[in-house]
Formats: sequence, C-alpha cells, structure tokens
Amino acid sequence: MSKSVIETPPKGGFSFDLCKRNEMLSKKGVNPPSFRKTGTTIVGLIFQDGVILGADTRATEGPIVCDKNCEKIHYMAPNIYCCGAGTAADTEAVTAIVILLCLCSDMVSSQLQLHRYHTGRESRVVTALTLLKRHLFNYQGYVSAALVLGGVDVTGPHLHTIYPHGSTDTLPFATMGSGSLAAMAVFESKYREGLTVSSPIPFFWSLIFLFQRNEGIELVTEAICSGIFNDLGSGSNVDICVITKGGKEYLRNHLQPNPRTYTSSKGYSFPKKTEVLLTKIIPLKEKVEIIEGGDAMEE
Amino acid sequence: MMQIFEYNGSALVAMVGKNCFAIASDRRLGVQLQTIATDFQRISKIHDRVFLGLSGLATDAQTLYHRLVFRHKLYQLREERDMKPETFANLVSALLYEKRFGPYFCQPVIAGLGDEDKPFICTMDSIGAKELAKDFVVAGTASESLYGACESMFKEDMEPEELFETVSQALLSSVDRDCLSGWGGHVYVV
Repeated sequence: MSKSVIETPPKGGFSFDLCKRNEMLSKKGVNPPSFRKTGTTIVGLIFQDGVILGADTRATEGPIVCDKNCEKIHYMAPNIYCCGAGTAADTEAVTAIVILLCLCSDMVSSQLQLHRYHTGRESRVVTALTLLKRHLFNYQGYVSAALVLGGVDVTGPHLHTIYPHGSTDTLPFATMGSGSLAAMAVFESKYREGLTVSSPIPFFWSLIFLFQRNEGIELVTEAICSGIFNDLGSGSNVDICVITKGGKEYLRNHLQPNPRTYTSSKGYSFPKKTEVLLTKIIPLKEKVEIIEGGDAMEE
Repeated sequence: MMQIFEYNGSALVAMVGKNCFAIASDRRLGVQLQTIATDFQRISKIHDRVFLGLSGLATDAQTLYHRLVFRHKLYQLREERDMKPETFANLVSALLYEKRFGPYFCQPVIAGLGDEDKPFICTMDSIGAKELAKDFVVAGTASESLYGACESMFKEDMEPEELFETVSQALLSSVDRDCLSGWGGHVYVV
C-alpha cells in the first residue's frame, strides 16, 4: 500500500494493479459491480447545410435510473460533436482523450500544422474519427463506447458511427444505443435527402431557413422520442446539437416530454425533529487575500 | 452470489441548499450481515469547503482516500490554494478511471462549496463516470431507498436547519429499509 500511496502523478494509461485481486474475488463468487451505463438512444443525420445530432438524457445503473438529465452529446472541437452510448465512464473518457489527442496531433506533430492551427484551421472530422477508432480498436472492445460522430469541416458535413471494437460506418443517417431500432424505424420511414435549402442564405431568407432546418430537428426529435417511449433504457428529455458551416447550436433539453407533475407544491416539513446526539460547529477560516503591488511593504 | 458493494454496507447522501450543502452517511461497518463497528467514518474532510464520502468496500475506500489526500496535498503545495470542488471531482474521476479494468469497489460522493459559496455535489460509479446533479446525489447499499426518500423530500433553496432535517429524515428512513446500513448517521452541513 505504501507504494501505491507514494506513487507520484501523471504517467497516463490504465493501471491493472487490482485486476488480480478482483479476479480472485470473482472466482470466490463475488459479483463484479455494475457500471453506470447510458442505455441510450443517440441519433444523427445529415441535412444539406450540416449535421444534426440528438440524444436522450437517461443514465442507468442496472434497473435504476441514476441520472434523469445527463448530457450525452460531448464536445470534441468547435465544429465536431460526438454522442456516446455504452459505459458512461468510457464514453466520457474516450471523448476527453481524443480531444487531447486532437490537440496534440495538431500542435505537436509538425510546425506546419501548428501554423495552420494558429491561422484558424478547423479540425477535420476524419481526424477525430481515426483517433477514436484507433483508441477503441487498441482496447479490443473492452472500452465499451458506441459513438455517433458528427461535424462539419472544409470537406463538408460528415456523420459516422463507431462501434466499441473500432469499426466505423459513414452514413447519411445513423442511430446507436439500445433505442437504435426504434429510432431507425423513424429515420427509415421519414428521412429524405436535402432536408433544407442550400447555403449560403441571405439574411431575409433566414426565416425560411429556420423553418427548413426545423424539419431536420423535428425528425431527429421524433426519432429520439420514439427511443424514449419505446425503449426502457432511454428516457427523460431530448438534447439536440445542430452543426452547420457557420457555427453550431446546442439545444439542451430541446423537448421535455416527461416533466415531473406529481410533486406537492409545499413539499415536506418535519415537525418532530431528528434526535441530535452531538453537535460540533467549526467556523470556516477566512482566506487571506494577497494584493500584489501594494505599498504595505515599502520602506 | 454476493455483490461486492454489499460486503461492508453503506449509505451516503448529499443535498444542495441555499448557499450550503449537506452530506450524510450511516455509521455501520459490517462484514456481510455481522456488524463490526457502529461509529464508522465514511465521510472525510478534504479541506474546509470540500467533503468526500466513499461508499462500497471499506478497504478500497480507505486506500483511495489516502491517495486522494496525497494528491490534494501535492496540489496545495504546488498551487498554494485549495482545490475547487469541480477540480477535485475530476481528480477522483481520473484516479478511478485509471483502474478501468480492475476498479476500486467504491462509489464516491463529493460535496463542496465553490466560488461565491455555490454548492456543488457529484457522485460517480466505481470507474469514475461523473453524475452532476442540481438537487441531491446518493450512493451505497441503501441508494435505492434513498433515491425515493430524497426524490419526495427534497425542496429547492433550503436553509441550513431545514436542510439538516431533510437529509437526516431521508437518511434515517432509508437505512431502516436496508439491513446492511444503519446505526444512526453523521451529517455535515457546510
């Protein structure tokens, strides 16, 4: 133990110290714990100006809903977002690692790239795709993250799905997670190419643009709702992310089809107080503010 | 088959109030159904404004606690300030995810006051998947009954006294329905 305590910080990568002990325990008939999962409906589709990603917001641990409003659309770059399904820790860590790798490969690998980075070049979706699949393939499916990656770069809008083993698809519309079948049913029956007018749009056309874009958003919302209502692993609200050439719009809780309607407005109060055995009050220490450049110490 | 989290038994809950938070645990340490200690400390102070509760296997909880304190002290020395609760949660998450394939059997609950006394609460599974909640978080063997109790008892913007009462009632009523936790509780209100 002393070794593990003294062991100093960052070296990165996984540590397998406890594997042997845990394996021994599971041989003795001790169940390994269940992890938090995002038994999920995540979808994405390409419309003419870009990509729309959608996700539900339920996180589960076995049969228990442990988070009713979690975020499953992860940020990767200003023009790339990624929906994650599978073990919650994996999806979060994978996207975080790849953000780091994106930065590293952009910034470290060559001066030319560094220069281009500084001059405002956007990361490409394929870069993120390759980094993600490389990471997942490396771990042979043990890092169980199923992803829908979407973004817009110089080569146009892209949508990919990535499986836990590292295989990828490039599709005009995609679904993942436990609710993928329900969502795909909606897409298969209603998706068509060019769900919006072509860009760039003059300002006075923007109202029509908004309407047309809403067509895409509505389809994604409908697909997610189909997952929320037909798949028990998915539930609560709808998150949407619209990425276009010009920018992106993250619509957190775009639709809340399951509001809580049964709370009493007054709430509970407790007339009979809990029996307190011992009370100890420790006042918080005030932090000393150091003002630099003051003249207190001048002679 | 036994669940490893059920070996020692525990109940942990944290709740947010108005510019304050409360974190509470039960006091039982058992080995399966036999009680070993009735004054066990599951919640520890990282610094004045951040508290950490570790549910699950007590041996792992203590090892993890020591590693976290060590890392926090290094941070204090290097940065000459205390960690923000968000930062601390990221540290815990990173340490747990490092052991993705051989995890600590331990579910942490983190509660703290951030800038301008904004309360922050967070829980994780044993491999560091963060769950940031605005109202309350629970962990341990009594978590199922705690979810129900907190869900109905929680109110927004409670003052410290009311918060204390709500957390205590939620904890006590929940551990009564869990064989593996009990013997009263510790409550910290900051």
